[in-house]
Amino acid sequence: MAAMGSGRGTMDSLNQVQSDTVDRLKLLYPNVNEEETPLPRSWSTKDKFSYIGLSQNNLRVHYKGGAQGPGRRPHLPYLHLRLWMYRHGKTHKDAASVRATHPIPAACGLYYFEVRIVSKGRDGYMGIGLSAHGVNMNRLPDGSAGWDKHSYGYHGDDGHSFCSSGTGQPYGPTFTTGDVIGCGVNLVDNTCFYTKNGHHLGIAFRGLPANLYPTVGLQTPGEVVDANFGQQPFVFDIEDMLRELRARTRLTIDEFPLPDEQGQWQQVLHRMVSTYLVHHGYCSTAQAFSRATGQPIDEDIASIKNRQRISKLVLAGRIGEAVEATRRLYPGLLERDHELLFILKCRQFVEMVNGSDSEVIGDKAGGSNGVATSVISHTSRAPDCPAHTNGVSEAAGEAGELDAARTDVDMAAPGPAPSPAPGPAPSSATPQPNGAPLVPCADAEGCGARASVERMLAFGRELYAMSQKLHHHKTMLEDAFSLLAYSNPWDSPVGWQLEPVRREAVCEALNSAILESQGMQWISPVEACVSHSRELLRRMARAALGACAFADLPALLRR
Amino acid sequence: MQQLTVFMDIESSRSYIDELYSSDSAKIIEALVTLKNSVIGSNRQKSSVIQQGIVPRLLQLMLEDTDPNIRLEATITIGSLAKGTPENVAELVEQGTATALVELLKTAPLDTKLLEAALCALRNVFLHPPAPISALPSDMRLLMRLTQIAREGSPNARACVVRILSIWCGGPTEQEALCSAGACAAIAALLASRPASGPPLGRALPALDLLAAMCFKNANVSEIALNTRHGERSIPEMLSGLVSRDKPLAVALVAARCLTFMHRAGALPPDDTRVVFGALPCLARLCTKDMPEDIRATAAETLAYLAEVDTSLQRLAAISNHLMISLAEIVNCPSAAAKQGAFKCFASLGANDEDIRKRIIETHGLMVHVVNGMNNSESNVRLAAVRCLHSLSRSVQQLRTTFQDHGVWRPLMQLLSESPGMELLTVGSSTLCNLLLEFSPAKEPMLDQDCVLTGAVEMLCSLTRRPEAALRLNGIWALMNMAFQADQKVKQRILTTLGTEQMFRLLGDSDTRVIMKTLGLLRNLLSTRQHIDAIMSEYSPQVMQAVILVLEGSYPAEVKEQALCILGNIGDGEKAKDLIMANEDVLRKLVDYLAHPESKLQEAALFVAGNLVWRGEAGAAARQARLAELGVLRALKLLRARQDAQHLHDKVKTALAQFNEFS
Repeated sequence: MAAMGSGRGTMDSLNQVQSDTVDRLKLLYPNVNEEETPLPRSWSTKDKFSYIGLSQNNLRVHYKGGAQGPGRRPHLPYLHLRLWMYRHGKTHKDAASVRATHPIPAACGLYYFEVRIVSKGRDGYMGIGLSAHGVNMNRLPDGSAGWDKHSYGYHGDDGHSFCSSGTGQPYGPTFTTGDVIGCGVNLVDNTCFYTKNGHHLGIAFRGLPANLYPTVGLQTPGEVVDANFGQQPFVFDIEDMLRELRARTRLTIDEFPLPDEQGQWQQVLHRMVSTYLVHHGYCSTAQAFSRATGQPIDEDIASIKNRQRISKLVLAGRIGEAVEATRRLYPGLLERDHELLFILKCRQFVEMVNGSDSEVIGDKAGGSNGVATSVISHTSRAPDCPAHTNGVSEAAGEAGELDAARTDVDMAAPGPAPSPAPGPAPSSATPQPNGAPLVPCADAEGCGARASVERMLAFGRELYAMSQKLHHHKTMLEDAFSLLAYSNPWDSPVGWQLEPVRREAVCEALNSAILESQGMQWISPVEACVSHSRELLRRMARAALGACAFADLPALLRR
Repeated sequence: MQQLTVFMDIESSRSYIDELYSSDSAKIIEALVTLKNSVIGSNRQKSSVIQQGIVPRLLQLMLEDTDPNIRLEATITIGSLAKGTPENVAELVEQGTATALVELLKTAPLDTKLLEAALCALRNVFLHPPAPISALPSDMRLLMRLTQIAREGSPNARACVVRILSIWCGGPTEQEALCSAGACAAIAALLASRPASGPPLGRALPALDLLAAMCFKNANVSEIALNTRHGERSIPEMLSGLVSRDKPLAVALVAARCLTFMHRAGALPPDDTRVVFGALPCLARLCTKDMPEDIRATAAETLAYLAEVDTSLQRLAAISNHLMISLAEIVNCPSAAAKQGAFKCFASLGANDEDIRKRIIETHGLMVHVVNGMNNSESNVRLAAVRCLHSLSRSVQQLRTTFQDHGVWRPLMQLLSESPGMELLTVGSSTLCNLLLEFSPAKEPMLDQDCVLTGAVEMLCSLTRRPEAALRLNGIWALMNMAFQADQKVKQRILTTLGTEQMFRLLGDSDTRVIMKTLGLLRNLLSTRQHIDAIMSEYSPQVMQAVILVLEGSYPAEVKEQALCILGNIGDGEKAKDLIMANEDVLRKLVDYLAHPESKLQEAALFVAGNLVWRGEAGAAARQARLAELGVLRALKLLRARQDAQHLHDKVKTALAQFNEFS
């Protein structure tokens, strides 16, 4: 929405680069929750031996050597560089390694990074691979203990692979200046493979432990390598392998054997659809579906219709009427559940600002004959967002509802609102300059507005009093009140509250409470199933089960 | 019992079979439907119906321009019969079914069920080898029609027509004909994928098979396929999408085969990304352990073909996805196809690069498998094993060590002595040449045993009599290698077995390489002093005749050089010297060659002269006098004076020094 000034071109392009980087990694590993498990994005400035130097945003590693004085030894797991001591008659104490900032999250499913050999330096004794978090940074290891037992590497000078021991196995070709070596970790099978200049060299290690860090080790002066953790396109076609794993996981899910008694798919699915329709009060559709599939409806049709009516009111922003209807149809519910009432009232306050609530609109209730506008400012610009989700007709809503179940935002029951979207919709149809008063009703509103504002302030006071008795939801009220501070609340930092999509959570809370009070499930089985699956995926990620990366819940729901 | 059942079937079906010949079309159609239903899914019923001889009637009903429903039902019934046993299908073809169906294809209107049924039936017939290829003539109008169906027909019709053509396309004529009929465009249309999902397996696979069949060893068709597009994408682009990891294995394999064939036909260079990052990694992946055996077998064979000639592809394949280990496992698979594929692939990988050969040899237990492969009951496995051995035999190091350890020459000799096929004989004798190289330890045991020696020499000598130049070359080459530094007995054996007449015949061979190797053999035979004298005492007229023949004939310089070298060798013999000295003709030629513009001939002649004038030996003075008289001395002096013969000056000086009495 916010148009950037032309004078900020440089900033824009910088932001562009930044967001590109983020996007690329997010695209590769969409199921990784970076708040919980950050992705490796550079080499660690702390988790390295002092012989190692970093530059270029900590992506370039070079070997500085040890001018630090005698007796210094590498003290990090460094890919068995010690072996070189035996093979080349050199001392491994020259070897040094660096780890990435974070371990590889299991939810990557398939993790991959590439290292370009900028210079092989004096001898080209470079190792690329993975290692577990090692010993204390401040402690020097004694004698022979030089590396961690979980350390895996592929060495440039002889092409051997080293797996937690000093003995190498013949693995692949040697590598040197100009080569791009890739290291891939399959977190489903717990295997590791390497690539050279885009060519898959085959699996190097099996049975990898969890939480390994990308690691490189260098040993002789002049060795310089650049890492690409995914910020740049890879030489190797990792997408191809990702697609394969995705297809494989999908197949595993599809072919997962079920016990016979749980295998009544048609029944289970019909039940899911039917209960979903009933839950959200799609009364006619539910009835039609029930007729076609012979599914019983556990709830009274009249009861569904009641809920449907209330939901429609909430989704239309007519909270006051919704509260009234609830009181009438479900006496005692709101009296018992103060929190719910408070949430509704808060929303009602927001809708007053929005100009949608009947108490503000007064006689013009329904929004069908008059132009609703904010009570705060006549010069305000109604948000010219497109017709919100609630404005769609019933038929269209139902066609897309499975889709809509993907996210909370879309979840909304597309309440059948026969009238055009209240509030903003009519004004957006007439072209008007920004900030110009709504000419046709300026006069009529002029006197009405004052009364409205007073009504609203009274309502606010009442609401505040109510909040004093509750312990939660203080922020909600503060946010709602903050709307009053702006002459154009739609354009304000708290303007998001005014978006019609915000009504949906309130609608859902009310609907659930009604259902619960009637002794029915407060959440529909299909949504319970989705949340359950989502939680299972989270748990899989925590339990280092990489397959969670490829169980694409939205895609499965879309099918 | 079986007989009785058949009889009863015939009896029970008599009534409706009779109706087939009725003139009432309603009755016919009823009978056809009954017949159709009775043969579906029952091979016994199919056999029975065919035996009753109603196929001609069905074909007649199919072709007659009567009720369209009758034609359709008759065609469907034929199609159902063609799904029977191989014998059933053979019988159907015998009775002209394939030809009749092709007739129907020419006339049946497009987009009709009749056409689709005919295509289905013909496909069923073609799926049984041997397919009646000749029933489908290379008629451009018909082919255009078929490719049109492949482009625009119903999904089923398209799949059928493409499958038929993929079996039909077996040679350059068919390839070209299909190509001009627009088959490439039809293939592209079939491969074109809808967004976000690949083409269904059923549709892509026959089209890929057809493409592979059309591109195989055909530069022109491959080039056209390379540039054929459907919508946004060209055929190679679609193929590189189809080789990816999420595609069904069979599809990926054939797509990689298509790219391979296009590369080998010259349409895609060896460094093309679609070859290097498309076909090659896909095939290497399909060779890995987790794949089904038949896929691995074909993948290994295709990879062998892909990397057969290009060293860079061989090197890449050798590091791709542990291919060596995969191939070693495939060799272990029970099926002949798998073993063959793996041996061929090893042969390709080791064709040029010594490091790769070393790695192949170091693959655990491989040599045992090669030796076993040469004893396999399947001839194609034996051939592939010998190919592998041949490729590895180019390595000096392997000859010295591993080959010796495994006694590979034994099974090889065995194979070659069992009247092998032409291909095996060529590869096997090439391998034998390598095994007989002087540094090869295999040579010793082969020459040690009398019986083996006899067998080997006879076999090689018989090769020199073959009409195929490649075999003659291998035979004489192997003999030459065998004679190198061999003992007297071996040399005698070679000479007597080959016979001087055959040697003269070989000196007149149309292939210069054969002549070179024959002269090489002579040189090797006439090496150490005792051998020279012994052999010359017996064969001097023939040898001298041979040398003169070459020196006088119109041969290239390198051949004449060989002949002069032989003379030089003879000149090294004690008594043999006299043979040259006695031949004035030869001596005059020597003078001529000393003044020859070709430097290597000068050098060779100098070598002869040097040997003849050598002072330390009996009769040297007489020889020097004779040579001086014939102008050799003068020729040498002239040679010393020549500016362009600087590099020979030392040798000339040495020779002249021998003449000191005369200079």
